Amino acid sequence: MADLVLHVNGAERRTEAADGEPLLWVLRNRLGLTGTKYGCGEGQCGACTVLLNGEPTRSCLTVASAVSDAQITTIEGLERSGKLTPVQEAFLEEGAFQCAYCTSGMILAATALLEKHPRPSEGQVLEAMNGNVCRCGTYPRIKAAIARASGAKKEAEHASA
Amino acid sequence: MPVHELDVELDFRGMQERVRAFELDRRTFLRLCGGGLLVCLNASDTAAGAQESGRHFGGHELPQAISAWVHIGTDGKITVYTGKVEIGQNIRTSLAQSVAEELRAPFISIAMVMGDTDLVPWDAGTFGSRSTPTMGPQLRNMASAARQLLVETAAQRWGCDPAGLEAADGKVTNPKTRASLTYGEITRGEKLTQTVSGDPPLTPASMWKIAGTPEPKVDGREFVTGRHRYPSDIVRPGMRFGKVLRPTGFNATLVSAETAAAEKMPGVQVVRDGDFIGVVADDVWTAEQALGKIQAQWKVPQQISNGELFDAIRKGAGGDTHGGAASDVEKAVSDAPVKLEQTYTVAYIAHAPLEPRAAVAEWTDGKLTVWTGTQRPFGVKDELARAFRLAPDKVRVLMPDMGSGYGGKHTGECALEAARLAKAAGEPVKLIWTREEEFTWAYFRPAGVMDVRGAARQDGTLVAWEHHNYNSGPSGLNTPYKVSTKVEEYHEWEEPPLAQGSYRGLAATANHFARECAMDEMAHAAGMDPLAFRMKNLDDARLQAVFTAAAERFGWGKEKSTAERGFGIAGGTEKGGYTAACVEVAIDAQKKVRIRRVVQAWESGAVVNPDGLRNQVMGAAVQAIGGGLFESIQFANGKILN
Repeated sequence: MADLVLHVNGAERRTEAADGEPLLWVLRNRLGLTGTKYGCGEGQCGACTVLLNGEPTRSCLTVASAVSDAQITTIEGLERSGKLTPVQEAFLEEGAFQCAYCTSGMILAATALLEKHPRPSEGQVLEAMNGNVCRCGTYPRIKAAIARASGAKKEAEHASA
Repeated sequence: MPVHELDVELDFRGMQERVRAFELDRRTFLRLCGGGLLVCLNASDTAAGAQESGRHFGGHELPQAISAWVHIGTDGKITVYTGKVEIGQNIRTSLAQSVAEELRAPFISIAMVMGDTDLVPWDAGTFGSRSTPTMGPQLRNMASAARQLLVETAAQRWGCDPAGLEAADGKVTNPKTRASLTYGEITRGEKLTQTVSGDPPLTPASMWKIAGTPEPKVDGREFVTGRHRYPSDIVRPGMRFGKVLRPTGFNATLVSAETAAAEKMPGVQVVRDGDFIGVVADDVWTAEQALGKIQAQWKVPQQISNGELFDAIRKGAGGDTHGGAASDVEKAVSDAPVKLEQTYTVAYIAHAPLEPRAAVAEWTDGKLTVWTGTQRPFGVKDELARAFRLAPDKVRVLMPDMGSGYGGKHTGECALEAARLAKAAGEPVKLIWTREEEFTWAYFRPAGVMDVRGAARQDGTLVAWEHHNYNSGPSGLNTPYKVSTKVEEYHEWEEPPLAQGSYRGLAATANHFARECAMDEMAHAAGMDPLAFRMKNLDDARLQAVFTAAAERFGWGKEKSTAERGFGIAGGTEKGGYTAACVEVAIDAQKKVRIRRVVQAWESGAVVNPDGLRNQVMGAAVQAIGGGLFESIQFANGKILN
């Protein structure tokens, strides 16, 4: 067990971790951030996706002590002063979930995608989201939510320009 | 639903074995009244009561007192209690819509308490597509009766005739005096005390204002912000983490286990009881490491493999056919110009809910409380009470809205294991199954063999039909097509090699698949268009309507299938739902199949939440494509290979 400092959702969090303990378990069990989900523990399903310096990353395969320098964003870090991000809004508006267990990972993967490609092609969407599994089968709605969020983003840029 | 179908859903293999009593606690307790929690005040004669209080449920009856189902607070907040659970099908929203509609109350004033065995009326479980057709009317009855009671109570207070009063928007109003009382003011937060008997008047679907609308998922914001607490997210004070050692194959027995290295790890406790070995640690990572240090030898008996599966099914699930009718079919087939004899198979597949089985168990003063992901909270409660020899009031199961199930979470094995570990540790324990455990130690959608025989005249009129289902189940077995001579039989397999149970759509998927494939092959043999062949043999107007709708939207018949691109159509009816789908597929040179387009028509009567229904139909189509194309479970000698 060793002390550990992580930068999570813009705050410095002091905690501890066992040798080799994955970031997923530190977030969920030591920092109380249970929005990041365990789905497979093998990097196959995307439920545990977090952003490390903006890059979508499987927290189940990431050793917590190795990312003490990184800026970590979890699903809990997206909402600001009660305002949802356009991706969160789009998932709500499209009803892009059933059980919604995949939703945290989906939203973070989509957030990273739209940062990189504000108006992604279908191929870019498929490539970015391919590793995120929705067993309920809501993929068409998830695609619609990403399309909606990219439009919302465009409008927001217009408004601020 | 035919009783036989419930048999198949509930009495699947392995369930009884899993609930045998443990040796942890040898004190014996009197078992009280078989797990029944609630007093039945008045025998139900509603459809819902008749459906769900069948002989399987140990005499459980749905309570008919309004207070068991509905509570109205002084602030007008309405709490509805149901044993159904939310697993992604969105009944938390749609059932609340039904209640709001009958109660004439704002949708947002309704809160659903679901699947908490200390608070809600007994319920068999959330399976078999029963929530909307049985729990819906049940709650509507209660809400309608509650509304009548509110009106009568207001009339008494005002000393007027209840017939002249109106209930709307959470208030009772006297149009003559313009006096009005909110529901909260009428009940003053007290329990409603009327007992419901008979059928209170229900609002016809054509008059619905709240039901029938595409209300979004009621707590959607909790999910997009990560705030919702699934079973695997539950945290209790002092909680520790458990892991369970699994055998190296099915039906294995433990030969030896060396646990000293695990026990030496700081903070690790090894729990051993017969063949059960588990560990408890302060964090899940340490628990995993400790489990890895246990050296165990298992003896795994010789068992059948994939390759032998379908022969074994037919042999194991043989059974008598109805001699007379079968020989009629035989004769019709031999005489007919168009005939077909074909065998279809479906593989074992895994439910693979994205949230694996999870449970947090806590013992407090002899009472066991377990938060767990299950479709049958009361079933799991019974399993726990039996296993630990507890009186029913000493076990509480809570089911936070979970990360899906698809029929795969009927059993309480994870809850039992967590409770066992928590008891030994003397502290609350959380256990989340790994993905590998979920793929191996849960149960599977049954594999099946379907033998189909059919005969038709040259003009396409069906004259005989025979359909046998071996092992996968009777759901959807009865053909919706007109045919005078037919045999339709389900043959149960007593000893399947893998634990098997319910699945999304049950055996209906397998039987519809076999029947519709056979219909295509017969259409081909008769030289007819597959849609025309079906329509010729249908007199069910609702099924005709969905075929027509799907074909029109798809543009059926506009293009001919080629070697690279094909079009297919299929349909069926089950449990009052009617559906037809047209599909376009592409096949490349490597014979890889890609689904290009699916157009599905659906009709199941009045729709409580059209957005929820769309989502379900689409999700089911996507999941079915996976099951059809690439989810077959491979196994050999008691081990899962993929």
